[in-house]
Amino acid sequence: MKKINVIFMTFALVAMLVSPGLVKAEEILMMATTTSTDNTGLLDEIAPKFQKDTGIELRWTAVGTGKALKMGENCDVDVLLVHAPAAEQKYVDSGALKDRKEVMYNDFVIIGPASDPAGVKGMSVVDAMKTIAAKKAVFVSRGDNSGTNKKEISLWKVAGMTVPDKDAWYVQTGQGMIKSINIAEERDGYTMTDRGTYIKYEANKNGSPDLKVLVEGDKTLFNQYSVLAVNPEKCEKAKYKLATKFSDWLTSPKVQKDIADFKLLGKKLFIPNAK
Amino acid sequence: MDFIATGFFQAFVLLFSGDPETYSAILATISVSTISILASLIIGAPLGFLLGYHDFSGKKFLRTVADSLLSFPTVVIGLLVYALLSRKGPLGDTELLFTIPGIAVGQALLGIPIVTAMMATAVENLDQRLKNTLLTLGAGRSQILRTTLWEARYSLVLAVAAAYGRIVSEIGISMMIGGNIKWHTRTITTAIALETGKGEFAMGIALGLVLMIIAFGVNFSMSGIKKRAGK
Repeated sequence: MKKINVIFMTFALVAMLVSPGLVKAEEILMMATTTSTDNTGLLDEIAPKFQKDTGIELRWTAVGTGKALKMGENCDVDVLLVHAPAAEQKYVDSGALKDRKEVMYNDFVIIGPASDPAGVKGMSVVDAMKTIAAKKAVFVSRGDNSGTNKKEISLWKVAGMTVPDKDAWYVQTGQGMIKSINIAEERDGYTMTDRGTYIKYEANKNGSPDLKVLVEGDKTLFNQYSVLAVNPEKCEKAKYKLATKFSDWLTSPKVQKDIADFKLLGKKLFIPNAK
Repeated sequence: MDFIATGFFQAFVLLFSGDPETYSAILATISVSTISILASLIIGAPLGFLLGYHDFSGKKFLRTVADSLLSFPTVVIGLLVYALLSRKGPLGDTELLFTIPGIAVGQALLGIPIVTAMMATAVENLDQRLKNTLLTLGAGRSQILRTTLWEARYSLVLAVAAAYGRIVSEIGISMMIGGNIKWHTRTITTAIALETGKGEFAMGIALGLVLMIIAFGVNFSMSGIKKRAGK
């Protein structure tokens, strides 16, 4: 075993040092995406299939949607898989990104302690947000300009309030979704998350999490994921052809079915809806 | 408490089963820190020597600059290097963003001041006693230089160990420049950040243990070298 490890390590070290020379740069597609597609394991599932079908290697960096969009604008990546339709549109309008295609959706949910101290279970989103604020129950926000954070900010507005930025009960973590859920759990607080990440959190807790889904099914909680190419007219180095291949592949019936079949704890995480 | 025990257990499983993801992160850490420590040594040691050995105007200022660079925050280095290496940045044509050599550039910027400053201090401290002794013994210029270099070798080992300690445990640069790309630029530190982000604390602890083993291993072998050299 030890010998194998040494051989493997030597091989991998050599491969890593020479690989930029061996692999043609054309065959690598660089993507910026949101933490939810990465943390749930969806990309680990589909990226090898993409390579098998097209010979293109997909590499991705998982950041919040806000940063991903910025990276696209800065020409640092070739393609994006993100979930903040309004923000995406701004970048399409500015010409930085193009070819926005809807890929899949899931929904956001408001989760909180099973004891539900503010008593919001089963309420509409608007009522739940108002009640949490009125009772000054701890609410954990990611506060990182991610797609989820943008959605949550919009919910305060839908509820007719300003974002409770400076209130003591409003906790802004500046961290990823699961970390924020863990903080909500430690503080006995509420938070809003996408369902895919919630199922991942449930799986981490062996199916019996401390925080339960309390508000769901509201139309305003719809969460659309889209793929966008970096505009080659703005970024001459962006691999637009590869990006197009990826977005066509991602929205093809075969891959749409793979997305539908992707499950954790027997639950679907994303529902494909490419047109 | 449970997940701490699980983490220790998982660490051994990962290491001894040759888990490819774990070894990929270990290899990325080793290759990037090896490149950056070599660069720090090659650039930092001569700079430090010149700074400590020669007297020239503006020397004091340069020493202060080197010393203050010691406390340069890694995230700021990450930001700076990101801005430089971005395709829209001045060095975008090098295509180093999201690569191992790219991270090494950032980490070398972290390591060079450490090696430079510690080397300069070591040479300065040696200089006083040594130069006079050698002069009274009738040594020539080149002999003095060679002896000084030879005497500073222990300090150089220490400087490299200190720089390596910071480089190997660094996360801000690796995350920002490398992008935490699986199989490519995912180092142990960025993998820990990712795993805890996913709520996989046991995996994070396991990787943390591996990182500690590497760091301690390097420092122990460094002190081994130092001891042997000292005899």
